[in-house]
Amino acid sequence: MSDHHHKETFVTKYIFSQDHKMISKQYLITGIFMGVVGVFMSMLFRLQLAWPEHSFSLIEAFLGNHQDGGVMSPDIYLALVTIHGTIMVFFVLTAGLSGTFSNLLIPLQIGARDMASGFLNMISYWLFFLSSLVMLVSLFVEAGPASAGWTVYPPLSALPQAIPGSGAGMTLWLVSMAIFIASSLLGALNYIVTVLNLRTVGMKMTRLPLTIWTFFVTAIIGVVSFPVLLAAALLLIFDRSFGTSFYLSDIFIDGGVLHYQGGSPILFEHLFWFLGHPEVYIVILPAMGIVSEVLAVNSRKPVFGYRAMIGSIIAIAFLSTIVWGHHMFITGMNPFLGSVFTFTTLLIAIPSAVKTFNWITTLWKGNLRMNTAMLFSIGFVSTFISGGLTGLVMGDSALDINIHDTYFIVAHFHLVMGVSAIYGMLAGIYHWFPKMFGRMMNKTLGYWHFWITAIAAYGVFFPMHFVGLAGLPRRYYTNTSFPYFNDLADINIVITIFALVGGAAQIIFLSNFFFSIYKGKKAVQNPWKANTLEWTTPVEHIHGNWPGEIPTVHRWPYDYSKPGQEEDWVAQNIPLKDGEEDF
Amino acid sequence: MLALIYILIGIFIASVIWQLTNVFNLKKPIADESDNDQQGKLMFAFMIGFYILMIYCLWEYNRVLLPEAASVEGLKYDSLYLITMILILIVQAIMQFLLFYFAYKYRGVKGTKALFYADSHKLETIWTVTPTVVLAGLIIYGLSVWIDITDVSDLEDPLVIELYGKQFSWEARYAGEDNSLGRANVRFIKGINTMGVDMTDLNAADDITVRELHLQKGRPVVFKFRSQDVLHSAFMPHFRAQMNCVPGMVTQFAYTPNKTTEEMRKNEKIIAKVANINKIRSEKGEDPYEFDYLLLCNKICGASHYNMQMKIIVEEEADFKKWMADQKTITQLINK
Repeated sequence: MSDHHHKETFVTKYIFSQDHKMISKQYLITGIFMGVVGVFMSMLFRLQLAWPEHSFSLIEAFLGNHQDGGVMSPDIYLALVTIHGTIMVFFVLTAGLSGTFSNLLIPLQIGARDMASGFLNMISYWLFFLSSLVMLVSLFVEAGPASAGWTVYPPLSALPQAIPGSGAGMTLWLVSMAIFIASSLLGALNYIVTVLNLRTVGMKMTRLPLTIWTFFVTAIIGVVSFPVLLAAALLLIFDRSFGTSFYLSDIFIDGGVLHYQGGSPILFEHLFWFLGHPEVYIVILPAMGIVSEVLAVNSRKPVFGYRAMIGSIIAIAFLSTIVWGHHMFITGMNPFLGSVFTFTTLLIAIPSAVKTFNWITTLWKGNLRMNTAMLFSIGFVSTFISGGLTGLVMGDSALDINIHDTYFIVAHFHLVMGVSAIYGMLAGIYHWFPKMFGRMMNKTLGYWHFWITAIAAYGVFFPMHFVGLAGLPRRYYTNTSFPYFNDLADINIVITIFALVGGAAQIIFLSNFFFSIYKGKKAVQNPWKANTLEWTTPVEHIHGNWPGEIPTVHRWPYDYSKPGQEEDWVAQNIPLKDGEEDF
Repeated sequence: MLALIYILIGIFIASVIWQLTNVFNLKKPIADESDNDQQGKLMFAFMIGFYILMIYCLWEYNRVLLPEAASVEGLKYDSLYLITMILILIVQAIMQFLLFYFAYKYRGVKGTKALFYADSHKLETIWTVTPTVVLAGLIIYGLSVWIDITDVSDLEDPLVIELYGKQFSWEARYAGEDNSLGRANVRFIKGINTMGVDMTDLNAADDITVRELHLQKGRPVVFKFRSQDVLHSAFMPHFRAQMNCVPGMVTQFAYTPNKTTEEMRKNEKIIAKVANINKIRSEKGEDPYEFDYLLLCNKICGASHYNMQMKIIVEEEADFKKWMADQKTITQLINK
């Protein structure tokens, strides 16, 4: 790697960079921007849900001709929930989370100069950027953006007659997602190849930090499942544009019968959820990896059950590809098939429970350092438990009958994958900020950010379960048309107030993040006294990561508070002492 | 323009926050002893707050929950639901306690060192086997209820009703005296024949189409679902019943109503709920509300998805027969 001395221009360093550290920052900043858009949308529709028919100047300011005197239209309400879901799941929690931390940490933690292919890595980011751009442009289409729900089930998503958002807005959605999938595949292939081939001397697979294990397995799930979504999207494009009938059959709309015959929306649902369910693990696994690492570093203890953790990651990944049918228990799928999916789904609870017990045991008898990243990691475990347990209700086909598509499921997945994954991402940002930007984030602001967010998150999503158990379906523009649901009005107001507070609290984070890049205290090389290799690189980024030789690895990454050592940490590149046993 | 002002206000607030903490905060960016102590205690306080929130919600929001199921199958659902919920709440209470208590108890204090405790096969076996056993029980119980609910072959003399969803209303078709529905397809939709019934099919002659659903207490109902345009989902929460309506195919679901509308109106929970609702409505100057069973759409289907509903009335056999006798068959309607 002698070529890391070549001259760099502004363009090759900051824009078309092939350096994984810069690409990681590009992913993060783009992800944060998309996150602001996605969260802001949720603020708007929460206003509508708490105070329907009430006029808000915020709605008037941002929704243009989709509002009337500060009250949003039902169409734009559906568009907002659709785009909120799409942006948060794919652009923030897939690209923003996995893209940022896989890029930053894979080469640094395995001891590689860069990704296997810096060029593909660059292409991957710029495809992601392009797809974000297309998605944002779709917000300004005259008839409004895609509005058939983030799952874009046909026929609703295929027929502009059925909902205006299924016109140009939906076309752009599909184009954006197709580009996104290409980006995600290029990224994932790169991660897999890098982890398999570029580990430094001594870095056996069983010495990899759990972060790398989760990124690696996530990339594999992505490669297996994302192409299926691409196929589903292509067939939908065919149905929409070329008159084929993959998903459509026997439709009478606008006073006439359409020509479609023989297709089935159920096929789309199968294809969509074949990605859609692994997708939630694509979102949550990297967060789990980050949390495992942060908990160990800040507890000054090894992660408990390292091998069981790896086994659980692999088990979750495997099971995640054979459970998609639990989204379809009541679609008319054969009940026997439903039984099979119930069985596989509930099995996932076992590795999840093992992981949770292991995290809690990692804290036990630790010497906890309450850094901001640690707070978010503890928060992650809490929301993962709260949200994960209710999965036992949805995953059981019998119980799913009455809570399917109600607010109960909204509360469930927001806790278990939404809030949890965001906590994981924030923990990662607070923890590796010094590595990314060479400066520290402000601690006091971090504390305020965590506590307000934690209170708001439970304030929003705990009461929301009850709205669902009362029988209220999700994606309702308002529940005032049913007198039976009139008594939910006050719960909805409570939820919205917490949501607004939680949303506003993110300004604290944004302020801390962006100002710390320029004004934060200068970081030392290893501020958290962590064992992993990224902290052996210099604070100032250099191309190729290590100025001299790549360090050799002699031990696993979790030798914290090991008996017989002076310090409570031993970096991975420190050789074993005479007679010292490796884990 | 207004949007720009909001964005500028946001940026202004962000910079003020930063400036304020920079003036008042000269502490190190890494947590020290006092931070560990303070944050550990806050963890404990948060746990207590969280428990209060959970108990408050369970207590206070109990009033909005659905009443006891109004169908035979729904009661089985309710038992499974109750057991699952109790299990979830117990595990939740224990796990959250352990997590936050450890976060508080082991907050870093000077001079202490963490315990190097990397592995324990015994512990890991315990927490792999325990969830496995519990889940095996849940799976077996859950599947037996699922099979019970979805198996319609053992129903005696069921009433066959077709539920038909379209943007944004419901229609229903009774199978008539032969208790057998005539074929239908959207291609037959014409004039008054809004559900596309194939009038050349002899079974269709005595079919009865209605806009209000009447069911007979104690008599099983097999619903056949169809959709005219996009996906809909027929959701009848009080009966613990739901099935999607899929264009191009017929889906089905069955249950046996066991409480008439009148009986449900006398249910304690419903009385309290309706009283509360009417209090809210009278404050807003709206008409008083009386309880009725609901059929609502639970699959996003377009702009008025939120208002796609149908009234369901469950009545005794005599009332049901009387109502049924008043309905005109589709043949009568078309030939009128």
